Amino acid sequence: MSTIKKFMFVNRKAPYGTIYALESLEVVLIAAAFDQDCSMAFLDDGVYQLKKGHQTKGIEVKGFEKTFGALEDYDVEKLYVDQESLAARGLTAEDLCVPVEVMSRAELGKLMDEQDVVLSF
Amino acid sequence: MKFSIVVNEGPYTHQASDSAYHFTKALLAKGHEVFRVFFYHDGVNNATRLTTPPQDDRNIVNRWSKLAQGSELDMVVCVAAAQRRGIVDEGEAKRNGKDSTNLAPGFRISGLGQLIEAGIQADRIVVFGD
Repeated sequence: MSTIKKFMFVNRKAPYGTIYALESLEVVLIAAAFDQDCSMAFLDDGVYQLKKGHQTKGIEVKGFEKTFGALEDYDVEKLYVDQESLAARGLTAEDLCVPVEVMSRAELGKLMDEQDVVLSF
Repeated sequence: MKFSIVVNEGPYTHQASDSAYHFTKALLAKGHEVFRVFFYHDGVNNATRLTTPPQDDRNIVNRWSKLAQGSELDMVVCVAAAQRRGIVDEGEAKRNGKDSTNLAPGFRISGLGQLIEAGIQADRIVVFGD
């Protein structure tokens, strides 16, 4: 399969409480293994997924903060974060566990428009 | 046009599967090609043949099965999501030492690569979920 498409994975939900974030991350890794041009967008409560210092012991759920650090090894380096979502939650890029590109909603929308495949979770 | 469909929510709790079904049916009726319907997250629960809704309600699972039979629709259930939620075919039952199976006719269990392929092959991929 030699076709390479631009895949964007849109994450809008908090990391725990529902399984969406964890299972979405599995899709990203598979897409990367298929050598697709992958990027991830984080908005709404999705920005909490990248927040430093997940502590999941108390809820007896497997944490996956480390997976974000490993994305680079899969050549997934385009992580886009919505500025408004960060600001609304009192967060800045400094609070996040990996380097990201923070951008406005309009810029993020433009990027979405350039994608071949947008999968939202 | 060639479409792929993704269903991310289970039956009855959420309208996603209903909407995906009606959309897929309409696509086929209009002569479009549906490359694949992929079931992920709780969407895998659309594939249990043990579902028994009240008689005066729609049977969401049977409805998908019937659509697949009539159109050779490729309906794929994600294996990892299915294992978590107890959706089992014969192969999975054998592999994981389970004493029964519940995968409804017309569905098959396979990997997430099938979702990526669905994105690559289709002109449009449409996601049904929250």
